[in-house]
Amino acid sequence: MTQHWLRSFLLMMLAGLVLAGCTTTSSETEQPQGSDQAQDPPDTAPPEPPPVEKPDYELIDGVLKYRDSPVSQTFLFDYDRAVISPADLSELEKHAAYLNENRDKKVVLEGHCDERGTREYNLALGENRSNAVRGFLISAGVSASQIETVSYGEERPVDPGHSDAAWARNRRAVLIYR
Amino acid sequence: MISLFRILLLSGLFCFGRLASAADSLDTIIIDAGVDDPVRIAVVPFRQRVSMTADGKPLYAFDGLQNMSDIIGFDLARSGQFAPLDEGNMLSYPAEHKEVFFRDWRILGVEYLVIGRANFEFNGDVSVSYHLYDIANERQLLSDRVTATRAKWRDIAHHISDVVFEKTTGIRGAFSTKIIYVLAKDAGSPSATFSLELADSDGERARTLFSSHEPILSASWSPDGRQVAYVSFETGRPAIVLQYIESGSRELLTQFPGINSAPVFSPDGRSLAMVLSRDGNPEIYVMNLADRRLRRMTRHHAIDTEPSWTPDGQNLVFTSDRGGKPQIYQLEMSTNFIERLTFQGDYNARARLLPDGRHLIFVHRRNGVFHIAWQDLERDVLRVLTQTSLDESPSLAPNGTMLIYATQDRGKGILAVVSIDGRVKYRLPSSSGDVREPSWSPFIRTLSEG
Repeated sequence: MTQHWLRSFLLMMLAGLVLAGCTTTSSETEQPQGSDQAQDPPDTAPPEPPPVEKPDYELIDGVLKYRDSPVSQTFLFDYDRAVISPADLSELEKHAAYLNENRDKKVVLEGHCDERGTREYNLALGENRSNAVRGFLISAGVSASQIETVSYGEERPVDPGHSDAAWARNRRAVLIYR
Repeated sequence: MISLFRILLLSGLFCFGRLASAADSLDTIIIDAGVDDPVRIAVVPFRQRVSMTADGKPLYAFDGLQNMSDIIGFDLARSGQFAPLDEGNMLSYPAEHKEVFFRDWRILGVEYLVIGRANFEFNGDVSVSYHLYDIANERQLLSDRVTATRAKWRDIAHHISDVVFEKTTGIRGAFSTKIIYVLAKDAGSPSATFSLELADSDGERARTLFSSHEPILSASWSPDGRQVAYVSFETGRPAIVLQYIESGSRELLTQFPGINSAPVFSPDGRSLAMVLSRDGNPEIYVMNLADRRLRRMTRHHAIDTEPSWTPDGQNLVFTSDRGGKPQIYQLEMSTNFIERLTFQGDYNARARLLPDGRHLIFVHRRNGVFHIAWQDLERDVLRVLTQTSLDESPSLAPNGTMLIYATQDRGKGILAVVSIDGRVKYRLPSSSGDVREPSWSPFIRTLSEG
């Protein structure tokens, strides 16, 4: 388990570096008021159309949207593993950005497993999965008080099937806005 | 007289399937395998005499009651140790001692014979007298009489099965025991419901102890058979609940942040081992039930879960992935000495010890398939007991001869039973939904008399 954690931590660090650029750009354009922007646009710039008032991030009916497209809220895991896939980091970074800018918003992180293995062990494994996501969000600046985790183990499959495909869908962490 | 017996017999057979369909009872047991050379026993249909009132009307009727012999015969058959003689092949139908002719049974190769009578007393109680014979030695092995209320009809039959089993095998019978299990309807859909069910060990007479739209798991009996501890998500998070079986009164025992799970009563009933992740990751704790004080038993950053007790109550056996993969470990509580018990395979979990403390049963993965396995701790011999897949949650009968577990049959969760030697197998499916998380009761008293 130490190795898992180390690995996921390193991935987070890496992702943090990679995504640092993206975050800055998004937070620049994020300012809805535009009043306390430090630099004025250079005079030489052609007159821009008035800035769109719509923020980059919107939470509508529990679905987080970034520039009108929904951000993934389900993150899949390998069998018996609780390591976030590198492919999911950019989506998670968007959740982190939103939560950083909306300190009053809270999330529940559900951890789930496929049906293989014992139920109690899977309850623990599901908790590791929700904690992996929690660790990522906290390392990205989200306050621990904004996050609640709950593991359902294998008790709440999203796909009741018994195939590899069903199992893959069920090994997941789900981010739910409250 | 014979024709009357036939009618009773037929009605008994007819009742067989009908009784099983009551409410959410499990379906009729499907016996898959028994021992190679089972004991041949004959259980003659019990003579049922209807008492008449002074004006010739029946006082109490046997309507809806299965003949005792059917219940007893089926008990013995599902033990796998006995092959009950088909009633149609019997040469006579004795119901009392003077009607027994040993040669009738010797010709048929019968080793043991059970006969009996059932009557209603004037107060409505059922009175059953029965006899057990050893045919080869032409000897009566026991003769007894049981009286109980009509509601105890099946309990009387299971009691007789227990007595016959013990007299003929030397092992205490466990037919009067109960099982608790979880019935999940529409599992995997948002409208799923979960209920904690209590039934006889043959799946009959199921009743719901608790139901919820949130998951229920890990039921564990108190050693006196009066309470059950389990995990319920009814609050939206896992919590450990303690429930009195008779009164139904419930208490939320723990609800710490994180996991609250895997409760298991100590053999003396005074403590409850459990798993809490309130300190950051899953660890084993023991709660003193008198003062509710918690004692942390493990300290490791790995997953520690699924505790159970050694029969002497001195050690805890648990699952941990501290070695990289889930394996079974033992903790000596007085010294905190921890020892790994399983080394074969890369997934061994949820162990339970046999009453002798020397043998372990657990979930074992072999070639990617989950089975129930048995291990001799002294000789380090491992035996896979089941051929089904996705097997989990093994729970031992109190006499240690059989275990019940959850498995899948054509994509549906069913319960199954296997003997400790792997030879006897039967299944308990349910048409009501997926059944899982079985827990076999300790020995309990179902009749008021000894």
